[in-house]
Amino acid sequence: MANLDIVKPENLVYTKTKVLTDNVMHYCPGCGHGTAHRIIAEVIDEMGIQDKTIGVSPVGCSVLAYNYFDVDFQEAAHGRAPAVATAIKRLNPDCFVFTYQGDGDLAAIGTAETLHAANRGENITMVFINNGIYGMTGGQMAPTTLVGMKSATTPYGRRVDLNGYPLRITELLATLPGTYYVTRQSVHTPGNVRKAKAAIRKAFENQKLNKGLSFVEICSSCNSGWKMTPVQANKWMEENMFPNYPLGDIKVDGKLCENITAERLVLDHPLTVVNK
Amino acid sequence: MAFKGQIVIDTEHCKGCGVCIEACPMQCIEISKNVNSKGYNYTHTVNDKCIGCASCAMVCPDGVISVYKVKC
Repeated sequence: MANLDIVKPENLVYTKTKVLTDNVMHYCPGCGHGTAHRIIAEVIDEMGIQDKTIGVSPVGCSVLAYNYFDVDFQEAAHGRAPAVATAIKRLNPDCFVFTYQGDGDLAAIGTAETLHAANRGENITMVFINNGIYGMTGGQMAPTTLVGMKSATTPYGRRVDLNGYPLRITELLATLPGTYYVTRQSVHTPGNVRKAKAAIRKAFENQKLNKGLSFVEICSSCNSGWKMTPVQANKWMEENMFPNYPLGDIKVDGKLCENITAERLVLDHPLTVVNK
Repeated sequence: MAFKGQIVIDTEHCKGCGVCIEACPMQCIEISKNVNSKGYNYTHTVNDKCIGCASCAMVCPDGVISVYKVKC
């Protein structure tokens, strides 16, 4: 079926960026990590900052992120990526420093580092992949697991009286004066990927302004942890995750967006998931 | 103005997740019955309706899709 008249270098409109290495990613088929890696690499490529970028990888599924980016990388202890990134940025103020963390790393064991890095207004970019579960260790409950959502450690669904409420750390960080840009995006449709890429571009460009921390949450599916096919997992995420984790900018240029009301910031009765 | 496109899938590195099939507006992509050396049923193009929109490449987690496009 290949049309050899079209497949020519001058007609190429899209291919994998050279900032990603040729290593095959170890992520499960359909995992949002791969897409998130690719859009970060594309932003680094478009901004021409490959030799000035330093990434910090977490513990979790994305622990091997340094194998896939062709930029300098530092591995951090579990949850400590913002602390490591703080040191790197303070010692190399001309470099673009970003952390790439999952919800178990950033919102559970690394809550203190995350909150204090944001509160100090460190001039770094944090990319937070939220899939509502501990994917690498076998699908245990994470702080971001939805109410009623089944996981390995909540086999009958998360209960508020026993397990507490889902932690919406993005809204929490938006209330701190140290954050300059806070947004929540997803990578499950082409349109959302483009929006997420624009958000990451803005988060990287904010580092030139030296005004505070830029935080991009990316809602992602974990199809193997949720026990679904990749396409089913994306649909489930749309139906169940987005009411609890609404997409869109929360704080832009150091100010809360106009559509962000107090009710939107403080969701005191999280919606319950029943169909899983 | 119409566009005609063609995608080239690196079938050896495709994991057959099928996210691109959902994203394609022209229903050009399907899962193959054949497998690559890792045992994944890779995706392939089944017709020539491709318009080169690059939606499949945008959502591909493994970045295996290259998109070519011409005006016609």
